[in-house]
Amino acid sequence: MIRINCPFCGERDHSEFTYGGDGSIVYPELDAPAEEWVEAIFQRENIRGVQTETWHHVSGCRQWLVIERDTMTHEIHSIKAAHEGVAKVLEAGT
Amino acid sequence: MSGSRLPDGGRIDRSAAVEFQWDNRQVSGFKGDTLASALMAHGETIFGRSFKYHRPRGIMSAGVEESGAIVTVGRGARRDPNVKATTQEIYNGLYAKGQNAWPNVRRDLGAVNSLFSRFFSAGFYYKTFMGIPPMEWGKGTGIWMQYEKLIRKAAGMGVASREPDPDIYDHGHLFCDVLVVGSGPAGLAAAVEAAKAGLDVVLVEQDFEIGGDYLNQSNTEAEQKRNTAIAELEKHGARVMTRTTAFGLYDYGVAGLLERVTDHLSEPASHIPRQRFLTLRTKQTILATGAMERTVAFGNNDIPGIMTAAAANTYVNRFGVLPGKQIIVATNNDSAYGPALTLAKAGAEVTLLDSRTSIPANISGLLETKGVTVKTGATALNANGKRGISSLDLATGSRAHWTSGDTQECDLLLMSGGWSPVVNLLSHRGVRPVWDADNLCFVAPEYDEPIQMAGSACAIWGTSDCEASGQAAGAAAVAEIKNQSASSPSAPNAGGWETPIDPLYEVSVEGKQLKSFIDPQHDVTADDVRLAHQEGFVSVEHLKRYTTLGMATDQGKMGNIIGLALMAEALGKEIPQVGTTTFRPPYTPISLGALTGRGKGAHFKGLRRTPMHEWNLAHGATMTEAGLWQRPWYFARDGETITEAYIRETISTRETVGLVDVTSLGKIAIQGPDATELINRVYSNAFAKLPVGKARYGIMLRDDGIVMDDGTSWRFSDTDYFMTTTTAHAAKVMVFLEELLQTRWSNLKVHVTSVSEQWAGSAVAGPKSRAVLEACVADPASVSNDALPFMGVTETTLKNGVSCRIARISFSGEMAYEMYVESDYAESMMDLLWPAAQSFDGCLYGTETLGALRIEKGHVTGVELDGRATIDDAGLGKMASDQKSYIGSALRKRPDLMRTDRPQLVGIFPKDKSEKFKAGSVLCADGKVEGHGDGWITAVTHSPSLGHWIGLGYINGGHDQWTGQTVVAADPVRTGNTNVEIVSPHMVDPSGERMRG
Ligand SMILES: [Zn+2]
Repeated sequence: MIRINCPFCGERDHSEFTYGGDGSIVYPELDAPAEEWVEAIFQRENIRGVQTETWHHVSGCRQWLVIERDTMTHEIHSIKAAHEGVAKVLEAGT
Repeated sequence: MSGSRLPDGGRIDRSAAVEFQWDNRQVSGFKGDTLASALMAHGETIFGRSFKYHRPRGIMSAGVEESGAIVTVGRGARRDPNVKATTQEIYNGLYAKGQNAWPNVRRDLGAVNSLFSRFFSAGFYYKTFMGIPPMEWGKGTGIWMQYEKLIRKAAGMGVASREPDPDIYDHGHLFCDVLVVGSGPAGLAAAVEAAKAGLDVVLVEQDFEIGGDYLNQSNTEAEQKRNTAIAELEKHGARVMTRTTAFGLYDYGVAGLLERVTDHLSEPASHIPRQRFLTLRTKQTILATGAMERTVAFGNNDIPGIMTAAAANTYVNRFGVLPGKQIIVATNNDSAYGPALTLAKAGAEVTLLDSRTSIPANISGLLETKGVTVKTGATALNANGKRGISSLDLATGSRAHWTSGDTQECDLLLMSGGWSPVVNLLSHRGVRPVWDADNLCFVAPEYDEPIQMAGSACAIWGTSDCEASGQAAGAAAVAEIKNQSASSPSAPNAGGWETPIDPLYEVSVEGKQLKSFIDPQHDVTADDVRLAHQEGFVSVEHLKRYTTLGMATDQGKMGNIIGLALMAEALGKEIPQVGTTTFRPPYTPISLGALTGRGKGAHFKGLRRTPMHEWNLAHGATMTEAGLWQRPWYFARDGETITEAYIRETISTRETVGLVDVTSLGKIAIQGPDATELINRVYSNAFAKLPVGKARYGIMLRDDGIVMDDGTSWRFSDTDYFMTTTTAHAAKVMVFLEELLQTRWSNLKVHVTSVSEQWAGSAVAGPKSRAVLEACVADPASVSNDALPFMGVTETTLKNGVSCRIARISFSGEMAYEMYVESDYAESMMDLLWPAAQSFDGCLYGTETLGALRIEKGHVTGVELDGRATIDDAGLGKMASDQKSYIGSALRKRPDLMRTDRPQLVGIFPKDKSEKFKAGSVLCADGKVEGHGDGWITAVTHSPSLGHWIGLGYINGGHDQWTGQTVVAADPVRTGNTNVEIVSPHMVDPSGERMRG
């Protein structure tokens, strides 16, 4: 029962969210070679410890979030909006 | 054991008699009794039979750790097996029976199992399953199947009702600052401390009365302390919940609570839930969960009339029942001296055996003045008696070497083998308890959780020490929450006995074969543990599974430590080196009804109705479920069957016109300067040059190159698109677009909005569809063939002034339109369309006809796009552009996905046109009906256009490879085999002339 402090909605139960996936992946360009896509889509780390991942506040603001979570303890170390522009605005505090 | 009600004393209300039924006999007790105390007062001794050997079982404790008096409560649909008689409150009309016995617990025919006990030893089930012959008369799983039924019947664990549960259960959520679990001296002190500091406190107690061990003490001082604490909690607004078990602790301060709301009531009001399943979120948790007294393994230690010393104390002081008259107390520690005194004062003849030679001088002196005989260097060796203890063979000497002693008559034997703190809830958090060698028990180690332990849960034995410990825990929780440095009083140390406990776990003498139980519910004996060790099961976790020790409904609350100690001895190790078993939720069993809550039947999942739901019903629709949606299935006329209805609707649509509710399709508004760019990146086919005023069919792939969904996109302006998806994948497509725009392509200036709820839609299909539209729109010229050609889009106004959007697209293969109005105007749109359609002898149709029309055309839907099919497999390869890159374009060309012998979409005809076949059949080469065959059938329908049954499916290599061959549609468990032939999936109007019409 993780509690996630959504930057848009405040602290909510994780049942409002869906897990996305590995948030550290930089997806290749659409015209990149298949090998790069294989790497991005299939070759995943199974991290024990702090992992960067994406979550979707699907039953809330519908924003995608990038979360650093410890896979051993569920402790969340950081949360930010996945959208770069939005994240910058939030960080600037305006 | 010959229990009897004492003339006075106890917390029961002697003015309130309670009548109930036990094993079909009328019995009475008092308000405040448990089933166990009330029956004990009537001299009842046998409550059930054990799991494997059907040995009689009596009361062994006075709480949730009970593993003897396990009964079935209620009858009919409310029959609830495996209820502990020691925790079940009695009420007028309660119906209870002993279990695992036929015809009853006193005369049980299943006891014959004990004659075969050597076959039922440790690992019996494993050995039999693995095929190692455990018995002379059989080996292997084949034989197992024969005996399994018999053994299952004999080795029962109570029988649940097969009827639907008539009760209601609620789910709820609670929040607080401090959760205190347990209301004994430590829990009350902790809760008062936190409540006084102004914090929001929830105190939960599994019992029906607040007080914990205070309730077992007969002095007025204890009662005063209890009352004062309860008053303080009330004054400071703490929430106190009885009959509520904290069954599990989870991440982020979440606790699972089960509140038993009506299990103690005769006639609960029907609107009240039987139980509440509560999720509580707290900042700090204080575990004042107490400790449980355990016993020692010795011969026949499972027979009725043997219980813990503390339990006997509880029956006297709390329930006013004297459990026996001629009592032997056997102990290895100081804690049994108090109960011995209580029983002597209550009028019993008591002998106390202490396995130690050094005993607490003060209290043993006091005991002797009350007529208790105290023997040191003595303990219980073997109990005698068939249906209850009648005498005890003593062992004398010391733990190093016991010898057989005298035999002494008794009707009750009380054992104290030490105390096990209840660390279960802390263990749920992944904290492994450590061995306390002074107090011979597992206790909490150093840990990093927002949890405080207090009282005897920390192996603190004295009442005043427990109170101080609770106060310290409360103060520590307050300091944590208020971010203060801990100015709290320091907690007392563990322990508190005058003389050290003796590490005694099993009593035996050389040359004497004893049946010594360590898990009385599952009939696990000390010899079973040694057998498991001999056979190489030396890890505690393996031992547990092999012997089933601790796997019954009590989860080994009493027996686990003895099992560990015996394994340690067999291995020549110390207990901490052998380890502990991990406790997992739930602490006590939870009914499935409570887990389910209200989410059953029609409430199991959400319900979605389209805005024209009532209109459809009023016009004769029979509805069906499509995911969460209710959709029209067919519109039967004059007693038509479903088959007659859909055939008529299909013909009518192909010949004139049909209307179908398509509101459930997903609809997404895609707006912004980069709308075209987004659409062009997510569809596999070209969209960059789609003109304004046109729609296009598109296919979306996943990143891995497999088809995700198909649908259409309509272009209203340079920056404004209307996308439709399938009903099934509407949510998934929306989430994927959001993910792409927010996590990968945040530079694109485009916004996606789900508008599925905002637009209601109908398809108008058939040769007369344009004529119907012309009759319904304000300006008929806006829908002419020139103004609205094939794949054209328009925004126009209906005759009634309602604006609508129409695209000329076809799923049926006929000339057809999809038109949408704002949801509130759904019925007004249908009220225009339907009379117009009727004037051309048209029809309303549902999903059955939708299916027939699309199967005839070979149009794919969710059953064909099943998450495994590539765009080529589905025969849509020409819609994969080579001129651009898009989601999935890189990986769709992986070598395995390009194999030509992959399953490909085909049409299917029966060889004999009068025969039918079923979806789900396996396609096999003629003469090779075996295994997974070469393909499968996804959908079938009767085709009115062709006059026989047709199907769609996949077959390895596709149409070309199977032309002219006989293929078998194998359906072994339903209709059998049908000979079919493989044809092109475009079975009707392959050139598509009709829809361009
Ligand atoms: Zn949110």
